This record gives sequence, structure tokens and C-alpha cells, in this order.
Amino acid sequence: MNLAELQHRFGDWLTDATGEDDKPSIPSQANAGFAVYCNNYRAQLIGCLEASYPQVARWIGADAFREAAIHHIGIHPPRSWTLDQYGVDFPDTVFALYPRNPDLYELAWIEWALAEAFVSADTTPLTTEALANVDWDAVTLTLTPSLRVHEATTTADDLWFALDTEAEVPEGEMLDQPGGFVIWRKGFRSQLKRVDAADYAALLALRSDGRFAAWCDVLVERLGEHHGIARAGTLLAEWIGAGIVVDVEIENQGSS
Amino acid sequence: MRTPPPSFSGYGLGLRKEHYRDFLDTDVPVDFVEVISENFMVDGGQPRDILRRVREKHPVALHGVSLSIGSSDGLDMAYLRRLKSLADDVQPLFVSDHLSWSRIAGFNSHDLLPLPYTEEALALVCRNIETAQDVLGRAMLFENPSSYVAFDGATMNEWDFLAEMSRRTGCGLLLDVNNVYVSANNHGFDAHAFLRGIPADRVRQVHLAGHTQGPGLLIDTHDHPVCDDVWALYATAMAVLGPVATMIERDDDIPPLPELLAELDTARSIGTRSADHREVA
Repeated sequence: MNLAELQHRFGDWLTDATGEDDKPSIPSQANAGFAVYCNNYRAQLIGCLEASYPQVARWIGADAFREAAIHHIGIHPPRSWTLDQYGVDFPDTVFALYPRNPDLYELAWIEWALAEAFVSADTTPLTTEALANVDWDAVTLTLTPSLRVHEATTTADDLWFALDTEAEVPEGEMLDQPGGFVIWRKGFRSQLKRVDAADYAALLALRSDGRFAAWCDVLVERLGEHHGIARAGTLLAEWIGAGIVVDVEIENQGSS
Repeated sequence: MRTPPPSFSGYGLGLRKEHYRDFLDTDVPVDFVEVISENFMVDGGQPRDILRRVREKHPVALHGVSLSIGSSDGLDMAYLRRLKSLADDVQPLFVSDHLSWSRIAGFNSHDLLPLPYTEEALALVCRNIETAQDVLGRAMLFENPSSYVAFDGATMNEWDFLAEMSRRTGCGLLLDVNNVYVSANNHGFDAHAFLRGIPADRVRQVHLAGHTQGPGLLIDTHDHPVCDDVWALYATAMAVLGPVATMIERDDDIPPLPELLAELDTARSIGTRSADHREVA
């Protein structure tokens, strides 16, 4: 058996092993040792999911979370070089297992996005000097690379804050009108905010086309000229202050 | 141009989250710290900031777990480029990983799986080491792993494999004394033969750690203090090697820092005493 064949058999066995007595068909000594590798593999992935989703685990309970983790491990063998990426598909597993609990899926999405934002690329806060004498028709806004957005249909953010502070956890509720969850990093802390449908649409529009003038057109179309332009000014000030907008690039001049 | 691994003697600890505050706010009496490379191979945020600040106070060794130097389908170049970026930023004392494999055909076990000690594996590992060292622009260190299975068809023992690997590639060795003890127990070889079989002049760093008794096997768990047998083996190692950078790894059931510093004092005492009575080959 050459090395490649040995490694393929070992890898296939790790993902498919049915129990401690199951051994790969690899000629070897100390066969009892295979159980150590099998146990390490599963225990490490379960531990990784527990570390990535502590609030989901707290919310559904340790036993239910373990069942969900085992199910996930069975259908999602790790492929990335970093264990930090292992839980990326876990919200989908949660949705598949709990299709009638959209708050749980959205709670899982929030946990994952907060963790991603925590180690996203650093940015420098935008200063007011950078905005002086700017020709806004020629400006493109840059959003923080830590920004993560997702449609909000439930009060999963309330669940997250209650679980995070170990307060009494409210019942998850459907929102009367869907909005958006916005997650980003300011300084070294990940931030979570739920916004209404209009602000969520404005953020999505800015993310797809960073030109300030085009973004104003979207808001004007939605809210009318007076309110649209006023709303653009308000949101821009808010997002610069929050660290969501981190740069202004002026055509032919580069970034601030 | 490849930088050879430097000679450095001193005593260090693995930097773990539980002790970040101690390392940032106080003068911890260590000569270097070692970090798990992958924990800091991120785009930014607090982890990189903490590493930068600790680096201002201490030399840092980068110790990886995901290079998978024994993968028969080659190295993950995206991983390697990220490691190089981190190394360029940190300017580490050493960059190390394990003589093992984790990844095959896109699947990553995230475990340090054993290699068969054959000519085929040796040639493959050496090719991969050459690639890694060329990308990084520096010689790496490779650690002997704890293992629980030995494959039929091996044509050499582990220490001869390590010696030849180092000779062919110019890489240094990271001797994990606890892993020698664990593997010697699990596979029935003589731990002292291992220590005398590796090329002493290639060893740049020593790891010490605790292990657990499993069902019929010792398991490398890093969740206990170093045991008496491993301290004794460390004394032998230091008599063979002479002064070399030594550190204690603790990854689970992590105690308050003073406990680890007391354990490090034991290492310092044994290391100094044993190196003074170095065996001359």
C-alpha cells in the first residue's frame, strides 16, 4: 500500500467509522490506537462547534446541541486548514433540524457573523477632516470589511443579548415586518444591531454600489427627493460614527 | 535565500488566552513564548493586536498544527502564504510544525496523523519541507508527534527518519520529550535510543507536556503537569543536547500562570544541571 492509498483509506475511515471496534483496512500494529484518532476527530469537532455557538447551545440545551453537532459532523467533514471555519455551515444544519424555529437559525447566523467580524481586517476610523470639501457626486463609500448583513425575520438579536448577559431569555418572536441584522467590528468589539426594512435596503444598496450619488438615487426613489436626501445624510453620519463606513474614495483622487 | 534556525537557549511557555492579561500587564519571567500559528493567521482584530504587543516584550516562536507536511497530495499553498505573512510580521524565533499529516483530497482531519516510516514517505516529506522552506524563506523545525498506531512496512525507526529528514532538507528538529515518552510506551521502543538517535546538533527547541493514561495507551493530552518519568527523560535529553530552548505546553485544564512558571523553574533547574553534565559523543 503506498502512502496516498494509506491516507485516503485513513481519511475515509475517520469520516465513516461506526464505532470503537471499526478499524480501517490498513496493515498496522497497535490497532487499538485507531480508536484514539477516531475519538480525537469527533471530540475536536464537537468542541469546535460548542466554542463557535455557545448561545445556541445554551438555548437548546447541551444534549440537543450535541445531537445537532453529531448530525453536522456526519454530513460536513472539515475541509478548511483552520478549525475556525468549521462551523460556517452550522446555521444551515440548525435550520434543517429545526425548520419551525427561524429564531434559532437566525441566532446561529448572529453567532457566526460576530465571530467572523471579530477577526476581520483592521480599518482606520474615518475623520471629519477627510470629509471636508468633498464633491459628493464623485464619492464612493467604502464599507468596513467586517460588515455582515442578513435578513431579520425574528427577534433573535434579543435572544442573543439575553443569553450573552445571562439575563432572562425572552420567547423568540416573528417580526411584524422583516428587517435586517447588521454585524460589524468597531475597535476590537463585534457589534450587533437590528435595523428596519428601509435601513436594511439602504445598506444593501450601498454594499452593491458604493457610489454616493447612486445610493442617494435609491433612497430618493424609495422615499421621495426631500426625505430620501435627508435620510442619506442621517444614515451616512450614523454609519461613519459607528465605523460601518470607513473610507471615502474620490474619483481620480484615491481614498481619503 | 533561506535563514537557518537560530541557536537559542532559554525557557518559555505557550501563550494561551487564559494568560493574555498576565503577559500584557506584567513582566512574566520567560525567555520566549510560543503561539499556535493558526490562532493568529487571521486578517486582524484583537488576536493580532495581542500578538504584536506580546512580541514587543518577548521573542515569539510560531508553532503550527495544520501544515500537514506528510500529505501525499502536497501542501496547501494558500495556508503557506498566510503562514509566511504572519512570520514576516512577527519575525519569530522559530517556525515549527509536526512530522505528521492531516489533509488528503481536500478533507482535513485537524489531527496529527502518523506517517509510515518508509523511504517513500521520507522522500515525500522532504519534498514538502523544501517547498515550505522555500516559500517561508527560512528553515523550519519539525516535531516528533505522539502516535497511537504504527504501520506495517516501515523500513526505519522514527529517529532515523527524523535524522535523515533533517540531513536532506536542513530543517531543524523540535524534540517533544513527552511525545517520545508516550510513543515509546505505546509502541514499545526505547526512549533513550530515540534521544541518542536524533542528531543533537539539529535540535533547536524542546517541548514538555503532560499526558493521560488511556485504555492500554498513553494519550498526549497536554492537560496535566509534566510527570516524573518525563522529567527524568528531559534530564537525559539535556545531557545529550546541551543548552536548548525549552518550553512547557499546556492546552487544557490550564492552571493560573504561577503554577506553570513553577513548572518552568523545574525545567530550568533540570536543564541547567543536565547541560552542565553534557555527554560528549
